[in-house]
Parts: sequence; structure tokens; C-alpha cells
Amino acid sequence: MHEMSIALAVVDQVEEAARSHGATGVRTVRLRIGELAGVVPDALAFSFGLACTGTVVEGAELVTETVPGRARCASCDDEWAVGMPPRLICPVCDRATAELVSGRELLIAAVEWHDDPADPRVREPISQEG
Amino acid sequence: MCRVVDLQQAVLAKNDATAEVLRKELAARGTAVVNVLSSPGSGKTALLEGELLLARERGVTAAALTADLATENDAVRLARSGLPVKQVLTDGLCHLEADMLAGHLHGWLAEDTRLVFVENVGNLVCPASYDLGEALRVVLASVTEGEDKPLKYPTAFGLAHLVIVTKTDIAEAVGFDEAAFRANVEQVNPGVDVVLTSARTGAGTGVLLDRALAAAEGTAVHMPVMAQARA
Repeated sequence: MHEMSIALAVVDQVEEAARSHGATGVRTVRLRIGELAGVVPDALAFSFGLACTGTVVEGAELVTETVPGRARCASCDDEWAVGMPPRLICPVCDRATAELVSGRELLIAAVEWHDDPADPRVREPISQEG
Repeated sequence: MCRVVDLQQAVLAKNDATAEVLRKELAARGTAVVNVLSSPGSGKTALLEGELLLARERGVTAAALTADLATENDAVRLARSGLPVKQVLTDGLCHLEADMLAGHLHGWLAEDTRLVFVENVGNLVCPASYDLGEALRVVLASVTEGEDKPLKYPTAFGLAHLVIVTKTDIAEAVGFDEAAFRANVEQVNPGVDVVLTSARTGAGTGVLLDRALAAAEGTAVHMPVMAQARA
């Protein structure tokens, strides 16, 4: 399972970006994962929880968007969903002239963060009364 | 207060950048890395034993690095060729990454080395995602593994520059359907060459060596469809 290595790479890059933007906490990390990226979103979510422990990313929610694999035929211009396992030969003209349009993405699309140093996670204070 | 920032950063950007630097550094001195992937037990070590012996006979300066979770057994086997061999123990990690390879090559690889065969950890899932800076990526499947292996592991087979079938000496005994296997490879990686080999009979030995030498000389390798788009 290499999702832990992927999760560590995500946390590393988000931490770096947080530092350069002066953020003190991260609320959401949005990833775009292609069908053909070879990464299992559930395994990544599990690893992510562990990988952010003790970092500025700790407590952040991981939101993953799966990007379907699509290919286009350079000969007949047909475009199709490649499916899984992927079919990379043109279903219309049966030629091996495909170009991959999408499906290999492994991207940190966006990060939502807090930049209030007094209250980095915006947690409601726990009432001590009653 | 909350802010949303569009990052659009590739998760493996660091690995890919390290790999690209390594590939260029090695290419500048005429060295090519061959990244060899397969399931455990497909015959990576047996294939490389044959290729390394042949390299030695032909006077090709080659070296090999073999990665495993445990034991130095593969390095012992490959070192019988008389060529420089290094065992990398990954301490449980299921794949090699570019900075690991760069670290192992630094200070170890002789300057005049033409070919570095990297026997990746036996695994068809994780190593597929990591560019090691190789000039040639080879994926193996033995005849015992089933003709649908390329469909079950499309990322690994889809990114191969060359596919090698091993243990063909027992193909008939296990009912290996070569045409079905080739069709499945073609589905995920149109146009890639499929080479039949047997380490036992020696059939196909030397094809990998020739392809690797061609890559070291800068001959263009097959470009997989799946390798075209990587955001």
C-alpha cells in the first residue's frame, strides 16, 4: 500500500503552502484523483488521518473527487470513457491512436484554511458550567 | 476566518522532479536506468541473471540494484555475474522512490556505467506510480499468472515501455493463451512490444539488454497512451 507515501506527500505540500500563506490551521484538503492514477481513495483517506498527526494539517477533512478516464481517437476524433480496466483502443475505428484526455490526475486541487492564530480550528469552547 | 486557495499541485511533483533530474544527469553521461516491475515470483531476478551474464560477456558496463523488504538473496544471485550489484532493503516499504534510488546510486555507481538495472520491489500496484528516472520501464508477467494480468493491473502494464513474458518453457503445460495475453496488453497499452522469454532455455535472453543499450544511446522508446497525460 503506497497510499501512506502519497498521504505524506500531500501533507508535506499542504504544510509548505500553509506556511507560505501564513495559515495556522487547515479545514479541508481537496484532491482530484484520476481513475487510472493507481491510488485507492479510501486507503488514502485512512493514511491521511495518520499522516497529518502533529502537523498544521491535523484535523483537516480530506475531500477527494474521482476523475473519470477519457480518451480521444486521433484518427476519427471519437471521445469515450475508457472504463476500468481501461480500453485505450478506439471503439469506433478500432485503431490504436488514442490520446488520454483525463484519468491520470493526482492533484491537490484546493485547500481551505484558517488564518486566525487565536483560534486555529474554530472549535466551540466546551462549557465548564452545569 | 476562512480562505480557499487553488493549489493545483501534483501530489508526486517532488518525486517526478527528482526523477527528471536523475534521468538527465545519467543521460548526460550515457547511462540509462531500467526499471523492472512485476508481481513477486514472476522471474525478475532470473531474467536479470541472464541479461547481466550476457552484458559481462559482451563487455557492457552494467550494474544492478535489487530492492526487497527483506533478505539479500537476490543480490547474491545477481552478483554471480561478476558485475556490481547492490541490495536495497526497503524496511517494509512496498516500492522505490526517485530520491531513494538517487541516494543509492550516489557514490556507488561507477562513472562509466552504461546500464543500471533496477529490480523494483515485487508488486504491480505501488511501484507503478513512482518514476525513478528510468529510460526504460519494463513490466514482466510469467505464463502462470493468467492472461488477464494486464487488465487487473492496468496502471503497471499501461505505463510499460516493454512487456516481457517469462517462463515460456512451461507455457504449454499451464495452458498459457498467448493471443489473449497480447490482446489484453494491447487494450491498456496499444503498440507496446511483448517479448517472450525463458530463463531456463535462454529464449529471448538479450532482447532486454539490446533495448536498454538502445535507450542509453538515446533511441526513443515506445510512448504509452497512459503516460501522455499526467497532471
